[in-house]
Order: sequence, then C-alpha cells, then structure tokens
Amino acid sequence: MSATSPAVTPARRARRRRERGLAYLLLLPALIIFVTFVFWPLVHNVYLGMFRNPPFPGLPSKYVGFDQYKDVLTSQDFLDSVKTTFLFAILTVPIGIVLGLGLAVLAHQQLHGIGVYRTIFSSTVATSVAVAAVIFGTLMNPSIGLLPWLGLTTNPPILQNPDWALAAVALVTVWQTLGLTFILMASGLQGVPDELFEAAEVDGAGAWSRFWHVTLPMMSPTIFFTVVVGTIFAFQSFGQIDILTQGGPLKKTNVLTFYIYDTLQRQSDPGKAAVLAVALFFITLILALGQLRFLERRVSYER
Amino acid sequence: MGRVVLDHVSKKFDDVAAVDDLSIEVADEEFLVLLGPSGCGKSTALRMIAGLEDPTAGTIVIGDRVVTDVEAKDRDVAMVFQSYALYPHMTVRKNIEFPLRSRKVPAAERDQLVADAAESLGLGALLDRKPAQLSGGQRQRVALARAIVRRPQVFLMDEPLSNLDAKLRVQTRAELVELQRRLKATIVYVTHDQVEAMTMGHRIAVMSNGVLQQIGRPQDVYAKPANLFVARFIGSPPMNTVTGRVVADGVDLFAELPGGRVPLAPEVGAAVREAGLEAVVIGVRPEDLTFATEASSFYGVGGRGVEATVTVVESLGHERHVICRLTDQQIVIVRQDAHEAAPREESATRLVADPAAIHLFDPESGRRLGTDDA
Amino acid sequence: MSVEAVLAPGTDDTKLQRTPEQEIRRQHRRRLLGKIARYALLTFLAIVILFPIYITIVNSLLLPADITRRPPKLFPTDPQWGSYADAWNQGHMSTYMVNSAIVTVIITLGQVVTAILAGYAFAFLEFPFKRTLFVVFLATLMVPFEVTIVTNVATISNLGLYNSYAGLAVPFLATGFGAFLMRQAFLTLPHDLRDAAALDGYGHWRFLWRVAVPLARPAVAALTVFAFLAAWNQYLWPILITKDDQYRTVQIGLKQLQQTSIDQYNITFAGAIIAVIPLVILLLFFQRHLVRGLTAGAVKG
Repeated sequence: MSATSPAVTPARRARRRRERGLAYLLLLPALIIFVTFVFWPLVHNVYLGMFRNPPFPGLPSKYVGFDQYKDVLTSQDFLDSVKTTFLFAILTVPIGIVLGLGLAVLAHQQLHGIGVYRTIFSSTVATSVAVAAVIFGTLMNPSIGLLPWLGLTTNPPILQNPDWALAAVALVTVWQTLGLTFILMASGLQGVPDELFEAAEVDGAGAWSRFWHVTLPMMSPTIFFTVVVGTIFAFQSFGQIDILTQGGPLKKTNVLTFYIYDTLQRQSDPGKAAVLAVALFFITLILALGQLRFLERRVSYER
Repeated sequence: MGRVVLDHVSKKFDDVAAVDDLSIEVADEEFLVLLGPSGCGKSTALRMIAGLEDPTAGTIVIGDRVVTDVEAKDRDVAMVFQSYALYPHMTVRKNIEFPLRSRKVPAAERDQLVADAAESLGLGALLDRKPAQLSGGQRQRVALARAIVRRPQVFLMDEPLSNLDAKLRVQTRAELVELQRRLKATIVYVTHDQVEAMTMGHRIAVMSNGVLQQIGRPQDVYAKPANLFVARFIGSPPMNTVTGRVVADGVDLFAELPGGRVPLAPEVGAAVREAGLEAVVIGVRPEDLTFATEASSFYGVGGRGVEATVTVVESLGHERHVICRLTDQQIVIVRQDAHEAAPREESATRLVADPAAIHLFDPESGRRLGTDDA
Repeated sequence: MSVEAVLAPGTDDTKLQRTPEQEIRRQHRRRLLGKIARYALLTFLAIVILFPIYITIVNSLLLPADITRRPPKLFPTDPQWGSYADAWNQGHMSTYMVNSAIVTVIITLGQVVTAILAGYAFAFLEFPFKRTLFVVFLATLMVPFEVTIVTNVATISNLGLYNSYAGLAVPFLATGFGAFLMRQAFLTLPHDLRDAAALDGYGHWRFLWRVAVPLARPAVAALTVFAFLAAWNQYLWPILITKDDQYRTVQIGLKQLQQTSIDQYNITFAGAIIAVIPLVILLLFFQRHLVRGLTAGAVKG
C-alpha cells in the first residue's frame, strides 16, 4: 500500500482518506477527554510545581523554577510518605493475590452449590472503599467495636496505634478488593483447559503438584496482569485513609495520595501538591515499567 | 449483462505476487471455476472481483462498468463464503433479508423476495431459527439464499462445499449446477477440488502461484493439458509422468524409457529437435495404459511397450489401480475396469498405450510439446 | 495401598485382610470425609468474608444500645427498620442516591460509547499512527488519578462546572481500559462477517451497531458493570468538586452520616447498606457476564 504504487487511483485514495477520517472521528471523543483530563494535567503539574505558594492565602505565589522540587522531594515528610506508600502496597498486593488465587482455586471445584460460594467470594466487589472503611472503622472501634471485644486489639487501639494503623488500613483494603481479585483470578482459571489438569492427574500429580506445575504457569498472564493493575491501584488508595486515619497517627498512614490531598485542600498549597503529584506519577510509571520488564519474563504466554 | 473481465490484474503483497498478470473473461451466464492448490491465488482473485481486495495493477470490469475502484457494496455482486459468514445473532429470515435492508427495499417487496429465495432452497420451515440451530448443509443454503435474494449480476463462491461431508457435497454439487441453470446466473467459483471443477464448470481456469496455467472447457483441459502442472492436477488418479531420454533411430525420434521406447509424433519430433531437448517428460493417463498381450503388438511402431513390474494392486470395487515400477524405479499407475483380468503382484509385464493418448512435455518449462494448445 | 505394594514379594499377608466390599466402603468414607472437609473450608472462608457485611446488616436493624451490648447480638430478633428511614431522611440519602445515580449513568454511558467507538476503530479500520494511538490509550491507565486532581479541579472550575453534575462526570467519560476491552472483543469476531456485510451493502457505521456490538454483548455488559461500579464508588473526585448537599454523592454522604450520627451506629450502618444495595442488584443481574466478558480476550493480556 505504498504511495508509489501505480495502482493507487484517486478514487481509492479518496476511499482511504474517508476511512482515515472515520477512524479519527471515532477516536476523537476519547482523545479529547484524555488530553484534557489526563495528559494536560500531567504536563501542567510540572509547571505548577514551580510556583511556591505563600503561607497566607491571598498573597501571590512566586516562581521558583525547580527549587520547590528540590525542597519537597528531599524533605523528610516526602520520603516518609513514599516509604509508607510502598509499605502499604507490599501489605496489600501480595496478600490480596494469594488470597484471591486461593479462593479461586477452591471455588473451581465441581461441588454442589459451588455457585453460591462464588457469589459470596465476589461479593465485596459491590463495596466501595468508603463503605468498607465505615464498616471496619466501627468494627475496630475500641469502645464499641466487635474486634476489640474478640480480643483483637492493641494498646493504644489499633487505628490510633502508630505501629499497627497501616496494617489495619491494609486489612480493610485487602478485604474490599478481594471480590475483584477473586473475579479476575476465577476468569483466568477458567481459561486453563481442563485437559491439562486431567493429564497431570493421570501422570500421578497430587493436588499441590498440580497447582504448582499446571495452575500457576497457566495463570501467570492473569496473575501478572493483576499484580500490575493491583499495584497501580494500591498507589491510588485514598478513601479508606481519609475515613479511618486521616494520614495519622503520627503520619504513619500518610500515603502519597493522602499527602497530595492534604496539601491541596487543607494546606491550600497547590504548588507543593503538584510536585508531589509529579513524583507519584513517576514512581508509579517506573514501578509499572519495572514490573513489565522483570516480571513478564517469568510469564508463560500460550498462543 | 453479468460478464466479468479481469484485465492484467495483479496483486502483490510486499514483493510476493499472489496474483500475477491475470487476464480472464467470464461470459454472461457462464459458470467459471478457478481451480488450483491452496496458495495459488484463486481466492485472492475472487476477492478482487468482489472488491474486498484492491489490485496492485490491472482493471476489473463487471457487466459494462469498470469497477476497479468501486467499493464492494456498490458492485452488485454476491458472495458465498467458505465459512458461510452468517450473522449468528440473527434468524435465518433476517440473515436473508439483510442485503435488502441496506438497499432500502420496501417491506412488502422485501418479504416476497425473501420468501422466494427461501422457497427455492427449501428453507421455508427454518426461517425463524438461528444459524447455531442449523446443520452445515442448511447453513450453506442460507448463505446461498442470502446471495440470490438480491439477484446480483455475478455470484462469487469461495469453496462453498469444502465444509460439507462427502455425501452432502455430491448432492449439493448437482443442486448448484441446477440453480445456476435456473437463475441464468454468472458464477465465478473457487475450489481446490478438481472433481468439482470438472463436473460443475463450463470452463476451468487452472492457477498456480498466482499465474494462470490454462483456461478451457473441462474436457479440453483434461484431454490437452497445456503444461505439466495442469496435467498432474486434473484427473484422479493423476496423469503418470515419467522422464525419458531423446534418441534418434534414423529419421524418427523416440523417447527412451528403461525397458522400452515411445515413438514421438512428427510435429512433436520437430519441436524437440528445434529446442534441442535431450530429455522429455512423457505423460499418459492411467486409464490410457494397458498391459501388453500378444494381441497388442498392434499398437504402434516399436509397440512392444515398456517393461514394468507390478508392485501393488488396489481394488476399488468398480475399478482397479495397478501400481507398477519401471526398471529405473519410476512409478506408473494403470487404471483398469473391474472386469478386466488383474495382473499378479510382483509379476513382470509390459505397458502399452495409444500414441494419441501420449502427451509430451518439455522438462524445463513444463510446457506441452507439439501443436494443439488448449 | 498401592498395587505394587500389594504385589511385592514378601508383603505381610495380614495387611491384606480386607474384603473388596470393605475396601469400597473405606474409599467411599474417605471421599465423603474429603467432601465434608472441602465444604467446611469453603463455608469457613465464606463466613469470614461475609461477616463484616452481615454484621452491618444486623447492626443496622438493632437499637444503638443493643449494638454496644456484650456479648453482641448476632441476629435482630426485633428489627428496627427505622434506622433506614432515618438514614434516608436525616442523612439526606435520598438526595445523595439521586446524585450518584445521575452521575453514574452519565459516566457509564460515556465510557461505554467512547469505548465502543474507539475499540471499533482499532479493530476494523486502518489508519496511520494506529499503534501509537493505541499505546496512548493504554498509557492513560498508568497515570494515577491523584496526579491529575490539581489541574483538573482548576480546569473544571474554569469551565464553570464546579459543583455540578457535568463537573462530576466529564473527566471520566472515557477510559483506556474500555477501549482495550472492546478492541479485544471486536477482534475475536470472525473476519468474514465484515466482508459479508460489506457485500451486503453495509458501511462501517451500520456494521458497528447492527452486527459488531450485538455480537460483542458480553464485553459490553462487562464494561457497563465495571464502569458503573467504579463510578458509583468514586470518593476523591466528588469530595474535591462538590461543596454542598445538592450535588454530593452517596459515598461522601456516608462519611458525613458517620460524623453526624456519632453514637447512632445503626443509622450509619443503614446508610452503608443503602449505598451498597444498588450495586448488589446490578451484580446479581450481571454476574455471569462479568466473567464471560473478561475472558473475551482482555485478561489474557
């Protein structure tokens, strides 16, 4: 289809032009949204980050170039926040996947009424982070919560406990995302042909061996996809922190997203917030690309 | 007027020519078969007629319009796909009327046309079923109905019978021939099955590697293949082709095989001498070979036949295939009727043939030697 | 007891003193025990997972005093449906529900339509920069939403859409995920259908809506469900872009309810349940489609 081909007549060129035009027209609505609300903000953030905001509202902000970047990105608060965010991801993603995969495998059996169990396992997909936070917040409430009554409490109480608060929020997050993780794992599991399991069984492989040598390799694309997406989501967690701990106690749950929100809304410092946002973007990007590069090697795609 | 003309049409993908300088004229009401092995370009040629592919060179005419740059939907052709391409989410009725809706045919007329098409293909009872509920043969007829409902100028068919089982295939073959006659339709039919080509087409166009090898009536292509490819492709079992050296015996030329020699007719001899060939390929169809008896010394000069050993005798009920080996191990198949005496396996014998049934080919170019090109 | 062990020479014959019937019964018992164990495990896990929701429903029907009682009441013998009415009225849940519904429908519609259009372009049309543009679509998934909020708040305000339905919905009218899902679904359609439709006289637009979309129904259903879920459960953006009850959504309403009904946990819980019910209904209807739509190529990567 090269332009130098002698057979490209004007009529044909017109036809191709129309097809091109139609394609761009179809993509236009989405592209407008993307450019306006995804890509432009990304670029604009970098620019916004160059303006230091005054401590008193009403005064103009000052252009400082990359100085603010330097200050913010080397500040202890920022580094702590990054650490907290990574810790949060580590607490939520692997556990979530292991649980989701385990549930999916268990629910994959041909038992009577297994559909009921599948519905229950996927039920938390109906909950939002707000709902989950409200429920667990009350459950963990030191005075009236059920969990302390069951003995699952610490001193100070868990959501005010600097050592345990993050874990508590992670628990809430794992519970809330379990439904979706289960659904993703279950559909991936459905894609594994039964013959593979049967062949392994005939070859004498026990349940654990079948899991390790058949299930895991065949599910690796799904697991990989879930890890990448799950990490991105973990880095975007906000609602549960806002409702449960508000970034505390002692900033121990001050993940980057909350830090950005706090800086923007409560401290009214959009410049600093923009810097943090840019940092969040790059961290997420590098993380995702790193996962794509290093983890994808261990994924066995089947064509 | 539903004629189709392909004028020096080529289709190149990068540097590979799927169709190379193809020129064919299909007359109105003709059933033309494009025959060849997979990858020979026949489907690509068909898709270019349909407008689903653009030729890289050449022009295409349908009726009296040049349609090379006209979009598929405006060419007034209908196509039956190998996979039938029925819309799975629509009933049979909706499938058949689909092409009429796009052309804004008024409802009453549309219903009548659909009923007629369904009727003529025996689909009346199936109109409200969905494709998934139909058998292969039924689906194929729905695809046909969808094609004929528009009364197009030309019908294009891409191996429509290949997904049917053998028995249904034979039955549907006859039905298609009858349909064509009834509708007075122009059909361009693609297949790799030479039995279909021989029984259905008014003319056959044999293709290989994008190039047209020969075009003609079935009996002509059968009796006078233009080259080795056609000779070997048409006919089942295929034509025997063996290589022999050219020897002269006085003024006469012979093709010498181990164990015998075959006389060359004068025109052929002249062509051989001109081309300075040292070897020729001899082609004889299995049904034109017989085993020599005392009585067959009647056959031709030097007609003591060619030495051969019988290796395997295959009986197919109504006929017999006797596989023989020449003294240099080349394989030859002889076809006998069941009532003829069968030779014993491992026996030595001699093969004879009527010189008129012997074809000679240039071993380099594959072209047939002598006059009378098909 | 393996066959080899049985046949090996020198085996202690006393071990084999079981008749075939006893052997069969033993295997049956073992299988039954295995089954019971499996059901027990599944049930245990189901209880653990459902417990928070269950206890929420129960507590929403108890009096506040009963909620704090120890040992806790696990079943509402005297259900107090009043908490739901309170959450609805006091907590303005009715307004919030309506707002959430409107915004969610707008977003879902927008995402599904833009995904269908873009997915079709990527699957069936040829145009320059096709691959680049597809990467661009996927790249939007990499940009965490929080990164865009600073500018988006400003943009929306400048457009005069602060505190409005449009402001709540507009940034989310398209997703890369949707386009990806629809592209995969369209690619699995048999190629011949497009050719057949072309010969039948159908251009791209009509083919898209009359053939491609009906045949890609599972993917469209899955996308609708996901879009609905995500939109309904949004939290951060509504907080940023609304300033009064007129446009607040259910999720924020829930947080407010928790703060205003500090000791009346039953009302808070009732509010949580109210927030969840529409989704539960949606999921019950679409459960099958979720898995089927995903396996139409998307999750396989």
